[in-house]
Amino acid sequence: MPFIPHTPDETAAMLAAIGAGSLEELFDEIPASLRADGLPGVPPGLGEAAITRLMRERAARNRDTLCFLGAGAYEHHIPAAVWEIATRGEFYSAYTPYQAEASQGTLQLIYEYQSMLAGLTGLDVSNASLYDGATAFAEACLMAVRGARQARSRRVLVPRYVNPVWRRVAHALLAGQDVELVELAAGGGRTDLAGLKAFEGEDFAAVCIPYPNFLGALEPVDELTDWAHARGMLVIAACNPTALALLKPPGEWGTKGADIACGEGQPLGIPLSSGGPYFGFLACRQALVRQMPGRIVGGTLDVEGRPGFTLTLQAREQHIRRSKATSNICTNQGLMVTAATIYLSLLGSEGLRRVAAQCHANTRALVAALTSLPGVQATIGPYFHEAVVTLPGPVAPVLRRLADAGILAGYDLAADFPELGHGLLVCATEVRTAGDIDAYRRALAGILGTAVAA
Amino acid sequence: MREPLIFEQSRPGRRAPSQAPATPPAAEDLPAGLLRRAPPPLPEVSELQVVRHFTRLSQLNFSIDTHFYPLGSCTMKYNPRASNKLAMLPGFLERHPLEPESHAQGVLECLYELQEMLKAVTGMCGVSLTPMAGAQGEFAGVAMIRAYHLARGDTERNQIIVPDAAHGTNPATATMCGCEVVEIPTGPDGDVDVQALRAAVGPRTAGIMLTNPSTLGVFERGIADIADVVHAAGGLLYYDGANLNAILGRALPAAMGFDVVHINLHKTFSTPHGGGGPGAGIVAVTERLEPFLPIPIVGRRDGGYVWLAEADRPRSIGRLSGFMGNTGILLRAYVYMRLLGAEGMRRVSGYAALNANYLMKRLAAAGFSPAYPRRRASHEFIISLKDIARDTGVNAMDFAKALLDRGFHAPTTYFPLLVPECLLIEPTESEARQELDAFAQAMVEVRDLALRDAAEVKRAPVTTPVRRLDDVRAARQLDLTWQSRKPPQE
Repeated sequence: MPFIPHTPDETAAMLAAIGAGSLEELFDEIPASLRADGLPGVPPGLGEAAITRLMRERAARNRDTLCFLGAGAYEHHIPAAVWEIATRGEFYSAYTPYQAEASQGTLQLIYEYQSMLAGLTGLDVSNASLYDGATAFAEACLMAVRGARQARSRRVLVPRYVNPVWRRVAHALLAGQDVELVELAAGGGRTDLAGLKAFEGEDFAAVCIPYPNFLGALEPVDELTDWAHARGMLVIAACNPTALALLKPPGEWGTKGADIACGEGQPLGIPLSSGGPYFGFLACRQALVRQMPGRIVGGTLDVEGRPGFTLTLQAREQHIRRSKATSNICTNQGLMVTAATIYLSLLGSEGLRRVAAQCHANTRALVAALTSLPGVQATIGPYFHEAVVTLPGPVAPVLRRLADAGILAGYDLAADFPELGHGLLVCATEVRTAGDIDAYRRALAGILGTAVAA
Repeated sequence: MREPLIFEQSRPGRRAPSQAPATPPAAEDLPAGLLRRAPPPLPEVSELQVVRHFTRLSQLNFSIDTHFYPLGSCTMKYNPRASNKLAMLPGFLERHPLEPESHAQGVLECLYELQEMLKAVTGMCGVSLTPMAGAQGEFAGVAMIRAYHLARGDTERNQIIVPDAAHGTNPATATMCGCEVVEIPTGPDGDVDVQALRAAVGPRTAGIMLTNPSTLGVFERGIADIADVVHAAGGLLYYDGANLNAILGRALPAAMGFDVVHINLHKTFSTPHGGGGPGAGIVAVTERLEPFLPIPIVGRRDGGYVWLAEADRPRSIGRLSGFMGNTGILLRAYVYMRLLGAEGMRRVSGYAALNANYLMKRLAAAGFSPAYPRRRASHEFIISLKDIARDTGVNAMDFAKALLDRGFHAPTTYFPLLVPECLLIEPTESEARQELDAFAQAMVEVRDLALRDAAEVKRAPVTTPVRRLDDVRAARQLDLTWQSRKPPQE
């Protein structure tokens, strides 16, 4: 019996102690008309050897590729130690640290994580994680609506080039609370500051600035931050955490700095893993901490005066505040945060800066290689580690042919942003080599019918 | 034996150089005004220091792999290592979520079969795997109920009925979906008060959220009546699958009259709790809610597997994650379910019930007071320490801490709120009888010590890395980051 240790004798003795004749009898409070005999849709059990064969065969059917695709999830080198340590049973099979004295490992780790995220974003405090970047974006908008003191608006301004899926997720999560996202006009791949005039005199809770935006471009963050603050709005930064090792952190934007930062934590040591699990991060100024959703760990002292850690500010949370909680979130993405904390410790500030700088350099090299081909252009910048190139014709058939050749050549922007023409979003992280980039260039040249110089 | 913070071990210039590119290329093309002026305050440590630090931190935890962990309502059963190892095969792990379907048939086939197995264990006709935890599954469920009413032009239905014993996530979810919460009481025998329910339903009833067996550790015997009352009033029934482990393969939520269910895969299907996630809170629905399921969903087309998204599912409540939920967790659940098979799943509930009822009987025989002594325990049960607390001053929290000193993770304390001084105890099927006997023995020891020397129990824990922590200080003198500590401690 998989994972059930009882011997027949023990089962019999335990049933006798209960005074029941059989396991079936333990279900006698379920009305007979509701009882199920079995599970006809579930196949018979397999041994570990058989399921191992099956899963190996299926994993092998997922084809290997050379990845120039980002669009919200990025391939980075993950040090071997990260998942060796994160999957230790003491981390892997523990739960939310409700019993603080028996969970100091997880609690101290989350405290270290909160310190690292606060440092990366240049803000005061961080929570212990949300589900992913998209839900962190939605929760940040909700938090701003609760926290905006001057504005009583339930509307949040969002630049056009925010991740389109995040926008859809936010719509799904916020619609029930009548929070609305309003789009800022763009020009040249970034927010058009002249377009802000259209919103003068209107009330908004916040502006949410993606950094870099979905096109990889760097928004005019200082100008947007000061513009929003001058009108009583909060400023949310939706940022890539790798970029923050190289680029000015949200806490330093404009004159006063952003108020809230959120984003997708996947680049910090989390494998692409077919879409998840990743984690969302959320940081803010101290003044907003009581509006924060999710777990927060604080330092304190034990009865002997020794330092230790515990979950704190729990009066924000669903298990205490119920229908008046800041969010319904309970379980978050603890194991992913464990991995990210180990990753950030191994990289350190200099290591992470080098990763960011190498990503930027590789993407520049990729853009240079691709735009060396006739009809391929790039006009949007400055960018971090993702950029738009336009092809001479529709992108989709080109992507299909490159995928058949084993190259994930990028993200087709036609459906989300048709104004960009035949736009293709490409990315080369630090793991791509000059040879990889050249392979892409040659394959694309072949498809576009261009002769390639040797 | 405090483990210093990783920041305290940092020395300027120390690095783990093999983990980052060697020659930092200059980003001279970026405007200077957009560059970071000072490096982020991350620790500067060697690879060995990192490995040793986090290994030591791990050793400060209780976990299923090291301790009996009878945390009620959380189903802390053994997490098979095979699930982890196979979900982390490079073919799954290194795959970008936006790869074309043609390149992802292996993972899609696993997810499709998982959907089918989850239909079987719920009796439902449609499944979406995207919700990333139980609370998000609840959100999906209530959002679908709202969408269903609105699609019928039934715009006034915005009340969600929740029993007083419910998880806090239930009322919090209703609020997130823009609904009002109507709380109804539980009767003296642990069942929902059906008379109170009759009085609560009406033309504004969107639905009811129920956990069955309930958080009180008993099967809701009036479920058929409850379903009739709610359906007759025009509302729908939401099944919170937190306790599905109790009835796996024994009763189907669809047959009980539920319209939508979420299942915590990290409970019933044994994916890791990970120190607080990631979980997975898949949702399953009957036919009338099927069009509203969150996307993406895995479908079959032309002999292959495809993503069904916006174009295929125009009435969906939408997307709840950036890509596809917690796919790696879904793969772990898939492996576990294939290891168990149909018979293994029925055994799960059988032995979960056996362990819970056995432990309840043992504790009752030793003089403890089950909250519902005349009821069958489901997969968990409640002991109320009200009398001991009154007689000795030793309360449920003191018991919890004293159990830590005896090598057991504490049960859930002070939940559900309506049973005073309660311990909610869930042993799970993967524990052997000897472990249950040892736990019962520890409970007796603590009780006897409380009667003899209450102060000694109140000192507990004394064997853990720290003793009782000052929660009030933590909330009043906020210390949430290392850099905020001024002046540095010690």
